[in-house]
Amino acid sequence: MQPELSKTGESSFVRPSMEPTLWQKNRPGARGVESPGVAPESVTSQIPKGAGREIPLSLPELSELDVVRHFTRLSHLNRGVDTHFYPLGSCTMKYNPKVMDRIPEIPGFRDLHPRIDPDGMQGLLEALHTCEETLCQLLGMEAVTLAPAAGAHGELTGILVTRRYFESRGDKNRTEILIPDSAHGTNPASAAMGGFTVHVLPSGSDGGVDLARLEEALSPRTALVMMTVPSTLGIFEKDLPKMVALVKASGALLYLDGANFNAFIGVLRPGDLGFDIVHINTHKTLATPHGGGGPGSGPVGVKSHLAPYLPSPRIRKDGDRYSLVSPETSIGPIRSFIGSSLVLLRALGYVRMLGGEGLRKVALYALLNANYLRALLSGTLPRTGKGLCAHEFVLSAKELSQEGLHASDLAKEILDAGYYAPTISFPLIVPEALMIEPTETESKETLDRFADDFRKIIDLAKKDPTRLKEAPRRTPVARPDEVAAARDPVLTDPASLHIA
Amino acid sequence: MSSERRYTPTHEWIQSLGEPSLMRIGITDFAQKEITDVVFVELPKIGKKVPQGAEAAIIESVKAAFSIYAPMGGEVVAVNSDIESNPALVNSDPYGAGWIFELRVDDPAQWNSLLDEKGYQALLVSGTGGGH
Repeated sequence: MQPELSKTGESSFVRPSMEPTLWQKNRPGARGVESPGVAPESVTSQIPKGAGREIPLSLPELSELDVVRHFTRLSHLNRGVDTHFYPLGSCTMKYNPKVMDRIPEIPGFRDLHPRIDPDGMQGLLEALHTCEETLCQLLGMEAVTLAPAAGAHGELTGILVTRRYFESRGDKNRTEILIPDSAHGTNPASAAMGGFTVHVLPSGSDGGVDLARLEEALSPRTALVMMTVPSTLGIFEKDLPKMVALVKASGALLYLDGANFNAFIGVLRPGDLGFDIVHINTHKTLATPHGGGGPGSGPVGVKSHLAPYLPSPRIRKDGDRYSLVSPETSIGPIRSFIGSSLVLLRALGYVRMLGGEGLRKVALYALLNANYLRALLSGTLPRTGKGLCAHEFVLSAKELSQEGLHASDLAKEILDAGYYAPTISFPLIVPEALMIEPTETESKETLDRFADDFRKIIDLAKKDPTRLKEAPRRTPVARPDEVAAARDPVLTDPASLHIA
Repeated sequence: MSSERRYTPTHEWIQSLGEPSLMRIGITDFAQKEITDVVFVELPKIGKKVPQGAEAAIIESVKAAFSIYAPMGGEVVAVNSDIESNPALVNSDPYGAGWIFELRVDDPAQWNSLLDEKGYQALLVSGTGGGH
């Protein structure tokens, strides 16, 4: 099905209706499963006195088919990469090969209890140890922890490692972390959580880090400089080697936020560039779909001088045997057990499937697709940044504010044209930002079609801005009251309150 | 209040409350338009000492969270609790009922480092503001 640009005002169009909640579909007495020959009382009578509920658990009553239809209809109303082009910048919403879904289904991995003795999970430990070694190779690092549950958790881990490193050297003065204003917003939050003072570096006029300002900000108080590479403007810093040299000379450590790993996997390695710490998001680059709340995984790679401080437990290999150890120098556990193991196995499977040359192509096609789309869209809205972009690029819809339009209005019209919308209002340093990341998995035909529709939308915005204010027309929910949603969220379905 | 308002490149305004060391602070009309609907304000504690340029409050809009920096250094002597229960005042009346906090400033000379109306308007035209 090829989506077409919405034809405003066409009477033939009907907004899809919203699927009722399971509570609204409640049918008293309906059952999903009947237990043959087992009276519920024979089970409930086994529960010790005082351990049971005093009032019945409030749950909707439905048949299996009711539930299947409910979730299937919801999935039809949803927009995901399996149904729509999804250029949500900064998020790398690429297609993940379906074959990867088979890996977490392997019973030997899937059915392991996390409290089993390491002797009973040698296969999993071997696979995860191999995953660590593989990521070391890809990142140019000397040790990797698989423990962090997501990107920002990886940042916090790297920051706690940094703190422990300077503590172990008796250096108590390094209390500051420098972060460019084009970095991911989680960087300053993680730095503050780790007990550091955040110093923000304003970008230069080209959107890159300003070398002079970096040099001025570096001091014996600087513990860490956190760089997002490529930056959230979709730009590879042209002065990166000089920046690395400046930071090294100051005695601070250097952190690479590798959330944008898709732009350089198989092409360059943060360790080779001089970075001490890097985190990546396997749920962006390495074959785990995301957006549904997880699980994700944010492995952190470090150089050897930081390896002793990585979180425990560590996987240790002695000959053919694997064990879990907790070195005294470690910052300690940062989450339960040994990480999102099934997600990490997907990452290992993806890396093994593509191999070095395949991974290099991932990055090269991500860069090619972004630059192809950037060129197709030139002349529509001004772009922040000059020349080639990395895996994404940022346009500003500020000039449309004369028509009373915001980037959000464009995003709503893009939904009507049959796509997921680009990221809007981020990065914050660009007014009315639209951040577009096509990823390597999209075809030229999809990019051509999107560019055509985008052009038509910009023309429409200039000719008839009020029509954009009426978008979207093809989604079950159009323009929710965002202020009310933020201030007075209703988190309980009113229908559930009528059911005992 | 009819005394002169001054501004920062990060879009705060500051105005004297009659005596030179007592100042009221808020965000500009440009800033409230940029950040769109405000949904939450985190006010500083009364008695908190903030150096010039330090983060003093946080405003959260439907877009993102933004730091509000102290245009001058001093001690927080009052906060506008009305905007806690009704953050929309920051949008509807940024220079009036949507004020954020008041400072007893340490160094009145810092006033001279701030932008006057003309300077701030020029900054908006050139588009080189620090942005929230």
